[in-house]
Amino acid sequence: MGVSGPKLSRLFLPDCTWSPGLTEILQLNLLSPITLAFALGILARIVRSEFSLPKDVYAGLGIYLLFALGLKGGVELAKVPLGGIMLPLLVTLLLGCIRPLTSYVVLRRLARFGPVDSAGIAAHYGSVSAVTFIAALTFLDGVGEDVEGYLPTLLALLESPGIHIALAIGALKSSDRSQPMGEVLHEVLTGRTMVLLVGGLVVGYVMAPGTWEQVELFYDGAIFKGALCLFLLEMGVVAGERLSDLKRTGLKLLVFGVGMAVVHGVLGVAAGLAAGLSIGGATVLGAMSASASYIAAPPAVRMTLPEANPTLSLTASLAITFPFNIVLGIPLYYQIALWLS
Amino acid sequence: MDTHDLILVTIIAEPVLEDRLTREIMDRGATGYTITEVRGRGTRGIRTGDIPGQSIRIETLVTVDVADALLDRAAEAWFPHYAVVAWASPVRVIRGDKF
Repeated sequence: MGVSGPKLSRLFLPDCTWSPGLTEILQLNLLSPITLAFALGILARIVRSEFSLPKDVYAGLGIYLLFALGLKGGVELAKVPLGGIMLPLLVTLLLGCIRPLTSYVVLRRLARFGPVDSAGIAAHYGSVSAVTFIAALTFLDGVGEDVEGYLPTLLALLESPGIHIALAIGALKSSDRSQPMGEVLHEVLTGRTMVLLVGGLVVGYVMAPGTWEQVELFYDGAIFKGALCLFLLEMGVVAGERLSDLKRTGLKLLVFGVGMAVVHGVLGVAAGLAAGLSIGGATVLGAMSASASYIAAPPAVRMTLPEANPTLSLTASLAITFPFNIVLGIPLYYQIALWLS
Repeated sequence: MDTHDLILVTIIAEPVLEDRLTREIMDRGATGYTITEVRGRGTRGIRTGDIPGQSIRIETLVTVDVADALLDRAAEAWFPHYAVVAWASPVRVIRGDKF
């Protein structure tokens, strides 16, 4: 996989070789169709438009995006020797174990949240947002940066360990010990994301040579990006609905949502570069690491830590960290990857 | 027409509780239940609607003893932390010998 320098300059200045500045990268990201679609969704909610994507269409698009991601990742995974990805896999697993702990400590010691609320929020920040991952891939495609094709494998690996670690901390601190951890394990491991992503990876991996081309047009390219735009439009509506909660949850949650994303993002970029990923690959690992779950974690936390206030964790992950990463975070992690490399 | 006097237990709960509630209903001696997705607002207000998914309404026809066991269990395990409402009403049921 080529470790190439920034090619954004090609888009703006065809004959120039100097690196693009943060402003250019930011501008490119802000004016990308997916960011604009997301902003439109938020705006629709702010002006109290009745618009929202039908529930089944939204769910269908989510299924399509995850399965496509898994398939493409599996096809690419089949092309690389297993030995070559051991280090990135190990680093990702390590991130999955560290992130819930850093989140918990910051929430408990610096932000002074209660132990159960801290564990509940940490479970969300220990997991990952697949849409942030896809947005990072799309952004890097836009700036002409190559990424390792097997990255969806890392996404699948980062999804669940963090949730369990945070829930285990929460269960130790909780007064209510009757919650069924086995049921939660089953719920997280058989959830939509895991089945479609891991299932897609396996299908893509074992597919007979030459058969991917039969379906590639549907799962890759313009159709995928178009579907992503529509999905982000509805994500904007969903995030917009939570904006009013920000007033109730207060400033420290806002600071946590942004600060934790940046810290985990830098950590992910540095870990990715150390594991030998390209600049693009490290940026994606940074974006993954910076993201927080809002699909797999909420029901798992609700089942295991019913005393934790779900408004706090969902507002942080959906109304703060997700928009921050989509609008500012991803270009920032890219810039940091450029600096660090 | 012959009818039997039974108790209709109705529970409205957060969607994450569905599996556990239905298992407990069957374990305590009910022979079946009906679930519908519902919307509404209660003292916990927006918290219920926070988790993706709709609240559920579970109805089951049971004997007085089973109804008491179900309501006791709801009070002990679910009321403290979850958005759950439960009530029981006497009903006359056709083919009540099934229950």
